[in-house]
Amino acid sequence: MSLQFIVDGLLTGSMIGLGAIGVTLTYSILRFSNFAHGDFMAWGTYATLAVVSTIGATFGKVAPIAPLSFGWPLLVALVVGMVFTALLALLLDKVLFSRLRSQGQAIIVVMASFGASMALRSLLEFTFTSRPTYFSRAIQIAMPVGFGIRVTPDQIALLLLTAILVLGVHLLMTRTQTGRSMQALSQNAALARIVGIDVASVVCVTWIVGGALACVAGVMIGILVQIRPFMGFDMLLPMFAAAILGGIGSIPGAVLGGLIIGLAEAGAVQLIGAEWRAAVSFIILMAVLFVRPIGLFGVRER
Amino acid sequence: MSETVLDVRNLEAGYEPGVPIVRGASITVRKGEIVVVLGPNGAGKSSFIKAIAGLVPITGGTVFLDGKDITAAPAHTMVRLGLAFVPQTENIFPLMSVEDNLRVACGILDRRDIPGRIEEMYAAFPDLVRQRRTAAGNLSGGQRQMLAVARALIVHPKVLVLDEPSAGLSPKFVSMVFEMLAGIRKSGVTILLVEQNAKAALAIGDRAYVLVEGKDRHQGIASELWNDPIVAELYLGQRPQHRKGGMA
Repeated sequence: MSLQFIVDGLLTGSMIGLGAIGVTLTYSILRFSNFAHGDFMAWGTYATLAVVSTIGATFGKVAPIAPLSFGWPLLVALVVGMVFTALLALLLDKVLFSRLRSQGQAIIVVMASFGASMALRSLLEFTFTSRPTYFSRAIQIAMPVGFGIRVTPDQIALLLLTAILVLGVHLLMTRTQTGRSMQALSQNAALARIVGIDVASVVCVTWIVGGALACVAGVMIGILVQIRPFMGFDMLLPMFAAAILGGIGSIPGAVLGGLIIGLAEAGAVQLIGAEWRAAVSFIILMAVLFVRPIGLFGVRER
Repeated sequence: MSETVLDVRNLEAGYEPGVPIVRGASITVRKGEIVVVLGPNGAGKSSFIKAIAGLVPITGGTVFLDGKDITAAPAHTMVRLGLAFVPQTENIFPLMSVEDNLRVACGILDRRDIPGRIEEMYAAFPDLVRQRRTAAGNLSGGQRQMLAVARALIVHPKVLVLDEPSAGLSPKFVSMVFEMLAGIRKSGVTILLVEQNAKAALAIGDRAYVLVEGKDRHQGIASELWNDPIVAELYLGQRPQHRKGGMA
């Protein structure tokens, strides 16, 4: 068995993990499963692509940065895309989720997110067609790094980016007043208000973080695989499986859960065949729910 | 007579419209006092105090804090207005460390003052120092109550409001909590508390009100109320024909 699956697994796991951070935050702070989260990914990716194209049309062809397949336009576009996706999440919360949340029944909000997911996806298909597209069609040569493993410069850069973002979110959650407020709200919403935390502003931060990371995850898929309107929806099950495996509410848990599922998927592709890839998340999800429903870093509800 | 800090007039409040639990209750709390609100089960004591803290919808009456109308101000603005509330149960964040429990409540303080203020709380509650890195959920009942009170005091409130601070504690911790409250008053903090444990509360209180069926029925000097026959009748329900109110 080739060890190549480790690199593939870590990359898939990074995408899943970045998405799962948003899922786990929404679940623990807003207390509902947001099925539209995958579509935030796709929207962020298409927004980034649109900005890349605009820059290309304005400045002409820009040479990529040394060994990578992309240049500064993609980096600028990624930041714009992250802002866009965060705004999209805030907008959706304002017009849809916040109104339904005030009715106090989580299932209504979950169903609404399902509807929002379909609407967002169809809008993308309508606007960009369902034909796959790419940030770059350039072929990168993978460098051997020993043990029969090969990696491309893009892959290394994206793994580094994931590590930086995860560290950043972890520090935000544990070292800042905003992060402590988010923790407080997820543990006891009534007490959070009593100690002076403005729930509305914490909710905004939650959407901003979740939306921005979803965009990064989507762009990673776009760089390494391809861009399709269904790209985010297809990630939904692995993301939820990762969030639940890691323990709802835990940022390190979501990332570790993502990496485990990514590695398991890549391993399964190599061992039993690519057609079983999608089954892996299902099996892990069910196993976690049977054996340890609170997940790796989860804590039993009071 | 010293100045009035908290002035509650004819408060009406309840979770559902048309079903008031608090039905026109009035109390005043003066600077530096401990005021106790007593009452039989289901008298609406807890709802009364939660309404003051912005946690139960107010349908009538007014709440003034330091002369300012704070009636139905959103709960999260209360600490800024000067009212710090300690709920009866689930009054700490169980998965956060003791220190983070204190720090998360410091939102209204100047950032530079926060470390010093936390140290002041540790000085006032030495039991918490050794546990500063411990998850608050692992504290004993008495220590949790200390942490909850320290967290409320950290923002220099004008009035500290507590909902049954002795509830669910073993007798040893009950006396510890009341000694702690008496000590806090000595340091100049004004306190309003609702209590089931009338004897212990009256022992540390200055004045007390008896709430029955959502109204303030009786008031007096705390030390005299324990032997007051009207209180015995209202609070302990000693009249044979008296039926306890069923408004839990």
